[in-house]
Amino acid sequence: MKIINLDQISSKPMLPEVKAAMIDAINKDYHNPSSQHKSGEAAAEALEKARSSVAELINAAMTKEVVFNSGGTESVNHAIKGVAMANAEKGKHIVTSNIEHNAVIRSLKRLQSMGYKMTSVSVNEKGRVNPQEVADAITDETILVSIMHSNNETGTIQPIEEIAKITRERKVIFHTDAVDSVGMVPIDVQKMGVDLMSFAANTFYGPTGVGGLYIRRGTRIFPLLDGGVQEGNKRAGTENLLGIIGMGTAAAITRQNLDKWTAHCLSLKNQLLKELPNYIDHYLINTHAEHSLPNMVSMSVQFIEGESVMLMLDDEDIAVSTRSACATGSLRASHVLISLGLSHADAQGTLVLSFGKDNTAEEITTFLIALKNVVTTLRDISPLYQKVSQG
Amino acid sequence: MYNKVVMDHFRNPRNVGVIEKANGIGEVGNPLCGDMMTIYLKITDEKIEDIKFQTFGCGSAIAVSSMLTEIARGKTVEEAKKITNKDVAKALEGLPKNKLHCSNLGADALHLAIQDYEDRKAGKKRPEAVRTEKHEHAHGENCYCPYCDIEIKEGSTFCEACHSNLEEEH
Repeated sequence: MKIINLDQISSKPMLPEVKAAMIDAINKDYHNPSSQHKSGEAAAEALEKARSSVAELINAAMTKEVVFNSGGTESVNHAIKGVAMANAEKGKHIVTSNIEHNAVIRSLKRLQSMGYKMTSVSVNEKGRVNPQEVADAITDETILVSIMHSNNETGTIQPIEEIAKITRERKVIFHTDAVDSVGMVPIDVQKMGVDLMSFAANTFYGPTGVGGLYIRRGTRIFPLLDGGVQEGNKRAGTENLLGIIGMGTAAAITRQNLDKWTAHCLSLKNQLLKELPNYIDHYLINTHAEHSLPNMVSMSVQFIEGESVMLMLDDEDIAVSTRSACATGSLRASHVLISLGLSHADAQGTLVLSFGKDNTAEEITTFLIALKNVVTTLRDISPLYQKVSQG
Repeated sequence: MYNKVVMDHFRNPRNVGVIEKANGIGEVGNPLCGDMMTIYLKITDEKIEDIKFQTFGCGSAIAVSSMLTEIARGKTVEEAKKITNKDVAKALEGLPKNKLHCSNLGADALHLAIQDYEDRKAGKKRPEAVRTEKHEHAHGENCYCPYCDIEIKEGSTFCEACHSNLEEEH
């Protein structure tokens, strides 16, 4: 039976053209793109073609501003640690937000243990950063601001352009983790004004395990991986050419279809939000009404726990994601949800639904019907619902 | 993630509900890590005549509650006092290491309910259950790092093996 994938933020199916391009590349037996003979040059040509496609997707001024790597996490580590190391003599202070992905948080914690200092700006109850607070946090010692473009748990989009105006004025490097945005919403790095941007191929229907870091020309940053001179001496190591070719193909096709696919995802999101009260009550929507990804809904279903919901929906062949402590293995509720002001109990009942171009309106309805049954069943078991229904 | 026995108890939990005229009630739990459990007992002639549970928690927590009530039903009070979390996990044919944490609530709730029964018998007034926000973990059970599964000391805030903070503040 076909599984309804409403957990597309974790994994999207590859485009058929991407699969075809990668299989073709496997059969071509591409050589090492760094080799100087004919075989190497053919591989290098394929590599650069992919790079152009990705550069066009994000409107980079120069193709070589795109550096390929193993994905979003590596991009974030490179951006944060690379800037920290390269600018240590200028200062050791970094500004970030309190809703970043663990890749940002733990990279910064690593730097903290090495003597760097951090200021974490809080989001408001709607999950948005106030650019003025970022400006107030910047000091003469600040070398980097890292604020994510969209949040992977709530889908809320941050005021990146406004923040970039501030960082350009104060001459501080600005990195944005845009892993869930690139390929989902129009991204123009020149218009945004960022210096560094992390992204990953799977967000735009490419393979997992490959991504890129946009590095604006002139940005002072050390490589994360030292070794050979690949990727303009910015990321050593023989390139994952198969993955990169897949990524390039995905970028080209996504760019042509972005508006259409975005509109489709938005219609599913609106359908879900509109119909939901007809199926369940006692829930909270954590996604920002105006500034959010068109394909994400984060909802906290009260009085029940997320992993239970996920397992029961799994039994119905519906895949969703949850941010409960048990499901993420973290022993604590999500720091992102707590920062929005949710209670721990409510945060544990959070489902994250994310769509892609292949999801349909019928699938949303199927999900809602299944959700109603699952929620009823779990609330019958829950002592918290008992207390509420007794008044 | 879970074996067949656990999934059966999760999908078809036994003994869900409340006992209106319970003579022993035990509530344990912690919204911080997302598991809360209430056990209701009807004890007659020092035997558990009826037992029901309510749980807010993950698949593991629900399965543990269900299995626990099956094990405890019909036992004498003295026998029930001897039931441990390990017994429940064993009856479930094992839980993933990072879920043993969830299983800690089961036997504790039962023992609290038995304590409540004995206190009521002795005419003692029990204090209201205080739902703590602090992550308490004092059951004498083994703890495992949720990231790398390695055994860690109870109450640890840092895992030496994978260098993870277990009590992250932001």
